[in-house]
Amino acid sequence: MHKYKPATLVLEDGTEFSGYSFGNDQAIDGEVVFSTAMVGYPESLTDPSYSGQILCVTYPLVGNYGVPEDSITNSLSSFYESEKIHIRGLIISDYSFSYSHWNASKSLDQWLKEQKIPGIFGIDTRELTKILRERGSMLGKIVPQGEILDNMEDPNLVNQVDVVSCKEVLTYGSGKKRVVLVDCGVKHNIIRCFVNRGVEVIRVPWNYDFSNLNYDGLFISNGPGDPNHCTETVENIKKALEVEKPIFGICMGNQLLSKAAGASVFKLKYGHRSHNQPVRMAGTNRCFITSQNHGYAVNDSTLGSDWEPLFTNMNDGTNEGIRHKVKPFFSCQFHPEASSGPTDTEFLFDDFIKLL
Amino acid sequence: MIDTKITKALILGSGALKIGEAGEFDYSGSQALKALREEGIETILINPNIATVQTSEGVADKIYFLPVTPYFVEEVIKKEKPQGILLAFGGQTALNCGVELFRNGIFDKYNLKVLGTPVQAIIDTEDRELFVQKLDEINVKTIKSHAVENIDNARKAAEDLGYPIIIRAAFALGGLGSGFCNNEEELNALCEKAFSYSTQILVEKSLKGWKEIEYEVVRDRYDNCITVCNMENFDPLGIHTGESIVVAPSQTLTNSEYHLLRELAIKIVRHIGIVGECNVQYAFDPYSEDYRVIEVNARLSRSSALASKATGYPLAFVAAKLGLGYGLFDLKNSVTKSTPAFFEPALDYIVCKIPRWDLSKFQGVSREIGSSMKSVGEVMAIGRSFEEAIQKGLRMIGQGAHGFVANREISVPDIDKALREPTDNRIFVISKAFKKGYTVDEIHELTKIDKWFLEKLYNIHETSVELSQFNDISDLPLEMLRRSKQQGFSDFQVGRLLYKDKIDVDEASAIIRSIRKKNGIVPVVKQIDTLAAEFPAVTNYLYLTYNGTYNDVKYLGDKRSIIVLGSGAYRIGSSVEFDWCSVNALETIRKQGWRGVMINYNPETVSTDYDMCDRLYFDELTYERVMDIYELENPGGMIVSVGGQIPNNLALRLDKSDVKLLGTSAKSIDNAEDRHKFSSMLDRLQIDQPRWKELTTLEDTFDFVSQVGYPVLVRPSYVLSGAAMNVCSNDSELEEFLKLAANVSKKHPVVVSEFIQNAKEIEFDAVAQNGEVIAYAVSEHIEFAGVHSGDATIQFPPQKLYIETARRIKRIARKIAQELEISGPFNIQFLAKENDIKVIECNLRASRSFPFVSKVLKINFIELATRVMIGEKVEAPSKSAFDLDYVGIKASQFSFSRLQKADPVLGVDMASTGEVGCIGDDTNEAILKAMLSVGYKLPKKGILLSTGDAKQKVEMLMACKLLLEKGFQLYATGGTHKFLLENNIKATLVYWPSEKGMKPQAMDLLQSKMVDFVVNIPKNLTQEELENGYKIRRTATDLNIPLITNARLATAFIRSFSAMSIEQIQIKSWDEYKS
Repeated sequence: MHKYKPATLVLEDGTEFSGYSFGNDQAIDGEVVFSTAMVGYPESLTDPSYSGQILCVTYPLVGNYGVPEDSITNSLSSFYESEKIHIRGLIISDYSFSYSHWNASKSLDQWLKEQKIPGIFGIDTRELTKILRERGSMLGKIVPQGEILDNMEDPNLVNQVDVVSCKEVLTYGSGKKRVVLVDCGVKHNIIRCFVNRGVEVIRVPWNYDFSNLNYDGLFISNGPGDPNHCTETVENIKKALEVEKPIFGICMGNQLLSKAAGASVFKLKYGHRSHNQPVRMAGTNRCFITSQNHGYAVNDSTLGSDWEPLFTNMNDGTNEGIRHKVKPFFSCQFHPEASSGPTDTEFLFDDFIKLL
Repeated sequence: MIDTKITKALILGSGALKIGEAGEFDYSGSQALKALREEGIETILINPNIATVQTSEGVADKIYFLPVTPYFVEEVIKKEKPQGILLAFGGQTALNCGVELFRNGIFDKYNLKVLGTPVQAIIDTEDRELFVQKLDEINVKTIKSHAVENIDNARKAAEDLGYPIIIRAAFALGGLGSGFCNNEEELNALCEKAFSYSTQILVEKSLKGWKEIEYEVVRDRYDNCITVCNMENFDPLGIHTGESIVVAPSQTLTNSEYHLLRELAIKIVRHIGIVGECNVQYAFDPYSEDYRVIEVNARLSRSSALASKATGYPLAFVAAKLGLGYGLFDLKNSVTKSTPAFFEPALDYIVCKIPRWDLSKFQGVSREIGSSMKSVGEVMAIGRSFEEAIQKGLRMIGQGAHGFVANREISVPDIDKALREPTDNRIFVISKAFKKGYTVDEIHELTKIDKWFLEKLYNIHETSVELSQFNDISDLPLEMLRRSKQQGFSDFQVGRLLYKDKIDVDEASAIIRSIRKKNGIVPVVKQIDTLAAEFPAVTNYLYLTYNGTYNDVKYLGDKRSIIVLGSGAYRIGSSVEFDWCSVNALETIRKQGWRGVMINYNPETVSTDYDMCDRLYFDELTYERVMDIYELENPGGMIVSVGGQIPNNLALRLDKSDVKLLGTSAKSIDNAEDRHKFSSMLDRLQIDQPRWKELTTLEDTFDFVSQVGYPVLVRPSYVLSGAAMNVCSNDSELEEFLKLAANVSKKHPVVVSEFIQNAKEIEFDAVAQNGEVIAYAVSEHIEFAGVHSGDATIQFPPQKLYIETARRIKRIARKIAQELEISGPFNIQFLAKENDIKVIECNLRASRSFPFVSKVLKINFIELATRVMIGEKVEAPSKSAFDLDYVGIKASQFSFSRLQKADPVLGVDMASTGEVGCIGDDTNEAILKAMLSVGYKLPKKGILLSTGDAKQKVEMLMACKLLLEKGFQLYATGGTHKFLLENNIKATLVYWPSEKGMKPQAMDLLQSKMVDFVVNIPKNLTQEELENGYKIRRTATDLNIPLITNARLATAFIRSFSAMSIEQIQIKSWDEYKS
């Protein structure tokens, strides 16, 4: 019989789940969040928005198609959403030790080991999800047998955006139009979406003052953690609002643009992390299925009078995007670049580029 | 905005269950009717399938038990004047009928609006050429096919594409007349057949070995689009999706593959302009992201029913609402009740669908599975690991398997071949191959099944090997036991692997059960909530798993619930009728203030719609699982008598485990089921029965036969090959059958019974309370005994029964009910010759004919029975209620055309896949409606007659005269021709295939379509005689020429269409027949 090393998942409130260790054999803590996406673990794990978090995947069978071999050219990954795995740990129910896919080069287990990320399988992920749903996201730790980890630190106390953002200015692609991309933890598919549309992208660190750069449009990326840490970014955006060049934001970008527009943000009980979030475009019958990964939301009743909601979540009514009533500024809370997830809203990139 | 002009809508059903079109359309139709009624729209349903839930009181406002054909639909439109019609809920039958009505301008003529997908969009998906063109417009790749109208062009196309190629008949259901050809010879053979179904056939490049993936897509008229579910076939392309093991969601697709296909599906559905539900099937290259669209079904389908059950998203209900003009954003998620219907379900489990075949029921049928459908039903298993789901599923199909391993050893002469050329038991060949040391890679090479699936199956195999290294539960590490359960092993499997049949395996499973319960190794109950627990849901849709630690459900323990055991997979002999019974039992339980709890695992049913009960356990009907649920649920009682034979067989064991069974006691059930006990009871009550004996040697058998005389009915307890039952007419047949097929021994005795010829068979369906019959229905078979009661044409109330016979039957039934202290439903089958009456069988459960007699009589037998079982005092309905001024006919639907090579003849084993029930003012009208409903067409040209033995020839004489008077050209084979001439009936002599060189040949007559009706009665039931007419019967079936093989039925049919024309058939709804 295969012998798996026992491991325990402990939550902030004392709840314990027993399972088995896989990936890197090490204890780890973080904010435990769940995602109901059924595919796309290589994409999710490398999504910088998960920085500081231990991810519970509600779909029970994980690892089926292994992990593709990645290559990085000019700081752009070929298959992943960033240069490395950003989750702190992975919680699943049934790990598939054997994988099968033409594009795979290694197993999920091997990849986690290489990147020093622990995992735990054999967990009742549905029960864990129900706990997180009812009591809200909370801290937790994965502790393999024989390891000890006393403290659990709240990753939201740290500015996670600063942790994951690029440290220097990078440029991608070429074209007639040039977009400054404020990197709060950008997913690489956002960059690909611009580059594939013939746009030059200048990727700048989250707190970079881009006002002196020559650009046609401003893009504010997704990113992890509490948007309230990013006051410098908000200040930079406020300045950009005066310039009136087109602005587009995604996820964290929606929250930061909203803050610049005067609105406040609040922490959701357990966030939106899935591929099946329905949103409706304000004042229309147009609805979209979107990919989401965020723990904070914009309180759209606090928006300045020049602004209005652009999208609304059809499940819980929270804000999913805003726009300026007359100027070319808009943003969305969901991920139109998908990867992973549905591609219904990729047209927003086209809409933005048309404005440039 | 919804269309408020629609106040009355017509919905077309799918008719009798047949291979390719089964119970799933009862589910989708019922859902659509519910959606319409909720809007206050008056609903009219046309569906001759009387056993369905949708044709029950209160589901539709008006029900017509009429054929779903353009003529009858137009007549109903003329009469009812609806404003709208729904075509998407009755399978291909309804869709084809709708397209024809549209082409004939009927919708315009009566100003009828098609609700949902426009007919032009349907045509765009159905006509291959238009379809390819349409998808070319948006640069979506299809399997390019060459549409050809003759065999020469088919050959040319095949050469262009290069073999292997696939042939499809255009406009045919479920792949009828299609298949693969590896060379020109195979092409010639298949083309001939395909052209008999369609004037156009399609020649395509074969993509054998590619993955097959499906998406279920919903679109509203505002162009909002979602994919509710995707599914992946375990078997690669080349095996019809209805024949394939299917999992949901897909397991081997990456994010980019999943969403590439999802995006394409939405693009296609938008471009075609679907409003409602639709299914997109892909072939997907296992080595790149290359794909081809196989087809688009612009209607609810088997897959959509499966997807609804797999996700909890009621596709048919939503599709009907969208047809009325709603947007997806207007509708609520029916599980959470708070979030909108515009979303895509997130699953946190895997479902596995496995087809159920019944190929052993047919003589001569090919067991290979391929691009056309042969399975008769399916199961869906839910688990949180693939191993768990597939092992559950393999038990559910109910063909003796206990899972993937630990089954009775099968003999496979050539494993490589059996892996390469799939048959209905390929999955078990894989199990065997592992045992023989085949690697995953080797099996993959032969089967092209994705290695991921094979690796998972290998895990199960590996565990079984590990388990068998132990000999006693006390040596087995608990962790190992737990892991086995997580991989879906039953207690039985673990017991067998540990104890290796050294102790009784039931005893072994009991030991395993008690040890694991003691150690807390028990399954947990999980909800299906469409959102993977993201939102709170009050869902009652449940399954059990060992891959979890907590129950989702809190149990009240107030004993106010009643568990109803459902009927499992549809199979030959147990079908939609038991679903109707289950649903009605649940309704009654709930009406009487109890909570109704359902256990069933058939995704094609209404009983597994979570709206029908207070709790639905979508899980196994094994002793182990039923006990698991019983112990959790702790109900007020359990009903085992409405779900057919599966629950009935569990009764004794459940009773021994102190389960509170409602109604007739388990002891009585056993007394009726056990042949010896039942027989001695009949003797004691002085009730006659055909003589029979259980025998263990050949000598004894011949001895017994010499007493009762031939023919005899032989029922082996263990079958080596061929049909389970057989009629033998002489010594040599008997000897051959017993030696070749039955393997008589002490361990495997045979039951031989006297076979009474030319006797009437009579059904007695009834409900009793404490041994007293309170409601009953006597019906008679049109055919003489010898045709299985499930295949027979049944007339109710009987029109040709002696009053004395009826009286005696009632008297005997009362005696039996009293003796067995029956409380609940039961059925007795009688033989009657003159007034001599014998009992053949007695079932202390609802029978196949319960919905038929309940609906004709308008007394719901199941409602009565359920009230009896839950302990209410039920008054017998007044006597006058049993007096009817009209006649009901139940006719059987056969699916021989799909079962290549099977002999389409009726015998003692059941072969029909479905039935219809029609009502008429007299027998002729009811017969005519019923026969048209099961697909018979009235002949216009010639009739080929071979009318059997002397007695049958006489029997059919009147009918032949009628045909002649009606001006038909009659053709007859030798003996029949001679007999007709002697009786002054002019007919043309034709020759049997064996009479080579003689002209005209009967076969040529068929091929040239000079005859459009064949009556071919086997002289007797000897194998030789059966084979003699086989070629003619099979050819008629393959060429789609109506065929009858029974003299009594042929006579009844000929009488009916001689007596009246189709135009004389009354268009009367069910409620217009008043007693």
